[in-house]
Amino acid sequence: MESTFSTTQTPIGQRLRRLLSKVPVILIVLLVVLILIALVAPTFYRPVALLNFLKRAAPIIVVAIGQMYVMLSGEFDLSVGSLITVCAAVAANVINNNPDNLALAFVWVFGIAIVVGLINGLIVTRLNVPSFVTTLGMLLVLQGAISIYTRGAPQGGITDNFRVFGRGNIEGTEIPYAFVIMLLVIAIGVYLMHFTTFGRRVYAVGGNPVAARLSGVNVGRIKTTAFVLSAVLAAVGAVLIAGFSGVSSLSVGQGYEFQSISAIVLGGVALGGGRGNIAGAVMGALTLQAMFSLLNFLGFPLPIRLSVQGLIIIGAVAIAARRGRT
Amino acid sequence: MRKFHIAAFFLFVALLLTAVVVAQEENPFLTMGDMERQLAQLEMEPVGPEGKPWEQMLEPIEMVDTSMYAKEAPWRVCFSNASVANSWRVVGNAVMQYEVTQHPEIGEFIVTDAQEKPEKQISDIEDLLTRNCDILIVSPATTEALTPAVEKAAATGIPVVVFDRGVNTTDYTTFIHPIGGFAFGAVGARWLAEELGGEGNVLALRVLPGVDVLETRWQAAKSIFDEYPGINVVGMEFNESDPAKAKAIVLDYLERFEINGIWTDFGGVSAAAAEAFVDFGVDVPPITGEDFNGWLKAWQANGYKSISPTYPTFQWRTAIIAAVRILKGEEVPKEWVLPQPVITAENLDQYARPDLPDGHFAMCGCNEIEGFLEELWGS
Repeated sequence: MESTFSTTQTPIGQRLRRLLSKVPVILIVLLVVLILIALVAPTFYRPVALLNFLKRAAPIIVVAIGQMYVMLSGEFDLSVGSLITVCAAVAANVINNNPDNLALAFVWVFGIAIVVGLINGLIVTRLNVPSFVTTLGMLLVLQGAISIYTRGAPQGGITDNFRVFGRGNIEGTEIPYAFVIMLLVIAIGVYLMHFTTFGRRVYAVGGNPVAARLSGVNVGRIKTTAFVLSAVLAAVGAVLIAGFSGVSSLSVGQGYEFQSISAIVLGGVALGGGRGNIAGAVMGALTLQAMFSLLNFLGFPLPIRLSVQGLIIIGAVAIAARRGRT
Repeated sequence: MRKFHIAAFFLFVALLLTAVVVAQEENPFLTMGDMERQLAQLEMEPVGPEGKPWEQMLEPIEMVDTSMYAKEAPWRVCFSNASVANSWRVVGNAVMQYEVTQHPEIGEFIVTDAQEKPEKQISDIEDLLTRNCDILIVSPATTEALTPAVEKAAATGIPVVVFDRGVNTTDYTTFIHPIGGFAFGAVGARWLAEELGGEGNVLALRVLPGVDVLETRWQAAKSIFDEYPGINVVGMEFNESDPAKAKAIVLDYLERFEINGIWTDFGGVSAAAAEAFVDFGVDVPPITGEDFNGWLKAWQANGYKSISPTYPTFQWRTAIIAAVRILKGEEVPKEWVLPQPVITAENLDQYARPDLPDGHFAMCGCNEIEGFLEELWGS
């Protein structure tokens, strides 16, 4: 790409190039995927279909925003996938097909998430265990715990008043609750990031922890808060996913750690922290979900899909990295 | 620079996954002769006591004389289990434990759990061989890796019972398995094609490519759909047994096609697939399932059209029954083929259990056992 531009350095070409270099790579990738979808499945762009698409994208967007806070602060959270499974299974067990248990289920789900986030954060910051190891360990602990707790299959079952968040629409409209929840999470995320000292400190901690500590930032507290946020948003994701699919199974959260990290890396969040924003994370997550649909529309076999997804992720990050250097 | 390391890592992972998937695609288990045999067995009358399919057998062609293994009770029965990692195996393991309690001759029942790791299972079997077992039961984690271990066990002179997944040797005393994957896939496909009057768009939902027992299910379904020129398989998609993914796939397909029927190789996603139609605002078409309780409940509650082939968990009982027979010196078939009952609209109410969790597998041979399911699932 770049070399063809440099050989034809007309003023217009130069201007175009400068303009293009300001557009985030992820936006271009997302637009290309959306255009391809338009060509293959034009009905995708009916408002109802689009809203339904956003309903399906909501969980990954919400989880990715949580993951983003952790990554901005310079850490990883590999435990979100198992935490989603745990939350979904606990919700099914607590509700146990009785709609009256809804509030109790929420207390359990978010209580567990907060505890898991706190433990992750405290182990990383107090015991100085790298987050990659801590959260990988947590992934295994949660996986084991849930197998023992459920004896191989989640007990009980979720009711419609729980499922409505992931499946239903606001009464009398075509607007899914999941879409509204997603917008709320984005709004709160943007507020935390750009209008609070916490947001600025997350960047500072990830960008240069030593400088942050020297200027009086409590690095441990910021990172721990990021882990708690990630866990809580994973729990929100669990409510949305469990509601959407309805079946309680031990595979609901499978792969969400990898998907959420892919989404935000695609969205330009720097591994190692300090750089990235919510818009990028949201676009990254949307791109992943849109790619999933596009590959369904095209009917590619699974091995090709995996490779295509991998190549797109590498390609987008490589282009962003190249730009970062020049 | 760091980014490129990470990019290289991703590339490595993607290539690895592709390689694994492609390597598994070449499947030695797919032979048309096996398929014809399984389809024929579906139609056969089994030998054995009525109403107890776990004691029945199909085509017991070669009977093995086990008089040399006859022994005074009490016996020490050893079992090398591949794992109890999913609810199918949890149910199977529980009915097996129950069957053990039905035979006072079994003095000791020693179980090892390989946690799906072939190398652990190989050393488990070696351990068991040092413990004076009167008989060894093996449920192999993988066919290839466990073959030498089974050969070694048989060479020590004790009888060996293999069930569920097989091994590439005939050194065992008896190999117990339900009819098989071809029959499973064919039952659903035949019913679906007939239900649609031989006309319509079918979407196939599969778990993963390259798993032998699942590969045979699809192979059979595909060859049956090919018999109907009016049946158009518009897609074959993998959901990794994730209901959310299955539902999303169906919703995407509904954007492009009118779907008249769904064929699945795993009933755990059938309910989510049915719901996709409801959410999309169209009628739920005929959908194939499995004896997975989550599906049976949804099918019963919503009056869907379905048929559910099974890969029965009752075979775990059979393993103990075979062991008892062998140690009594009674003959057993070299290949003990169990019937593979089908759940239809007519007998659905016998199997669907709204009070039990989704993950329960109904064809367990345990529905009549007083208090068994309540204890297993703690309800």
